[in-house]
Amino acid sequence: MARKVSILIVDDEDSVRDSLYNWFIEDGYRVECAEDAKKALSILETEEFDIVLADIKMPGMDGLEMLKRIKAIRKDSIVIIMTAFATVNTAVQALKDGAYDYVTKPFDPDDLSHLIRNASKQILLSEENEKLKEKVVSLENMEDLIGQSEAMQQVLREIESVSQSNASVIITGESGTGKELVARAIHANSPRRFFPMVCVHCGALSESLLESELFGHEKGAFTGAVYNRKGRFEMADSGTIFLDEIATISSKMQVELLRVLETRSFVRVGGHKEISSDFRVICATNRNLRQMVDSGEFREDLYYRLNVVNITVPPLRERTDDIPLLVNHFIKKFCVAMNKPLVTIDNAALKVLEEYSFPGNIRELENMIERAIVVGNGKKISVKDLPVTEGVAGNTFESLTDLEKNHITQILNKYSWNISAAAKALQVDRVTLYNKIKKYDLKPAK
Amino acid sequence: MKQKSIVLISFGYFEKELLEQVARDVEKEFLLPTLTREGHIDLSDFYDAARRQYNGNLLLKLIDTQFGAGTHKTLALFNIDLFIPILTYIFGQAYLNGQTGIASAFRLRNEHYGLKPNESLLKERFRKEVIHELGHAFGLIHCHNTQCVMRSSTYVEDIDQKSHRLCENCRNQITNSTK
Repeated sequence: MARKVSILIVDDEDSVRDSLYNWFIEDGYRVECAEDAKKALSILETEEFDIVLADIKMPGMDGLEMLKRIKAIRKDSIVIIMTAFATVNTAVQALKDGAYDYVTKPFDPDDLSHLIRNASKQILLSEENEKLKEKVVSLENMEDLIGQSEAMQQVLREIESVSQSNASVIITGESGTGKELVARAIHANSPRRFFPMVCVHCGALSESLLESELFGHEKGAFTGAVYNRKGRFEMADSGTIFLDEIATISSKMQVELLRVLETRSFVRVGGHKEISSDFRVICATNRNLRQMVDSGEFREDLYYRLNVVNITVPPLRERTDDIPLLVNHFIKKFCVAMNKPLVTIDNAALKVLEEYSFPGNIRELENMIERAIVVGNGKKISVKDLPVTEGVAGNTFESLTDLEKNHITQILNKYSWNISAAAKALQVDRVTLYNKIKKYDLKPAK
Repeated sequence: MKQKSIVLISFGYFEKELLEQVARDVEKEFLLPTLTREGHIDLSDFYDAARRQYNGNLLLKLIDTQFGAGTHKTLALFNIDLFIPILTYIFGQAYLNGQTGIASAFRLRNEHYGLKPNESLLKERFRKEVIHELGHAFGLIHCHNTQCVMRSSTYVEDIDQKSHRLCENCRNQITNSTK
């Protein structure tokens, strides 16, 4: 049930206050009265009212002055100005000063009812809107961060504590552990949540493309720059920029990035004008940046600039307690998405999953469950629906690294090194595949 | 102990048949004995020459002080154009959860809106307005149920849309408050 809307009536005439009081009480509003602006302002200091209905002409402070003061206390207050002598000038002034509306006494009963009803609707809708926004943002971004294991609870606590600050964050963790989800959760719980979160997958872009992507470009800056284009830093103004695979950026880009982080301003490729942007930086990497600094691959100054807070997302094999929870979550997610009745998983299949090492982490588990729902009998996921058994039993490699390297090579060869097709078959994104190719130094057979 | 009853006092001319019919409807709605009687006051004291209307606030105060004693609820019935300082007109008003109220048939007549007289429609509107104001005196606020007599009506057309009965929710509120 909707709450009672509250109205504060401010008028120096008793009869006006009494009439309005009775009228609104009968309509079910919570009503209070003040005989002058001074009293009204002192009431408003201790109590909040949704609507203030104020006379324009009162002894002492007039309605317009009171309107300004109310707006200074609470910007979104709805103030309706009443007067017995309507003039265009005062009406315009009241509206300019932020009045919701302006009415001339005496009112038509229907006009008054409509005016207050519309204002109430606006108040209740904006309250509902705020609540829904908060609910949607937190649901959208926290629902996939599942885990009751101590390791995951620690991550959730870190997200909560870092969200409210403006500090740069580096999220480290193996591929597929959900680093982007952590970044989204930080953004979604931060004061910047109603502004954009802009993601850049640095590993998938060449140096020049990344430069143009991050800083934007002016028309004619290079062949193909037909229009002026905003860069990601510009798009992230008031919001958050998420730089995934930060360890892959070149030395030149490291210098550029450091400059932007220090000055919060940059120039578009081919441009001259300095552009400022207020953004928060969150980076992610699956590599050890500290080691890269020590070996001279990553600038130390940039490292310290980015690494104000470090959140490490644990690999799935270190939190196997969470596997049943995650399995149920993905079953629900995919059954709903595919419009299928909810399936269950038998104990043997769950045991196989709990014993599996998941080199692809949660992404791999997610893909496995999706596949099992598609190929399964529609009632229960069993061991035969999981690709994990073939992979584990049917190979001759001892180390996981060799197994992964070999499997990726096979798939790449199978799809003639078509990265998109191979990534699709491997059920990983293209960036991950590029990283694996780089990591294992894989090359097409000549 | 004061006998619980409702009194409808008519000021000005009303057909006896209309008053008796309204009294029966009121009795049925509030389950209390309802009496009718005539009252006399000098209305010129309440006339506002600038507005050419009668001040409903002052009238209600007078009814409350001079005619409310000795009864449970009193409603004064008029045939005059009522206003309150802030509104251009009212059909009636009552003290919320109080003892008295006023209602006028003046703006319920079709003639007031340039339409042909319609006595049966007038009677229908009048009984709704009387029950509505008494509902306020019994502590009821405006109801969102489109059929309930306690629904807010700022135009006569609004009065025509609703029934003359209290909805279950409003009836229960009265029953609970009078227990």
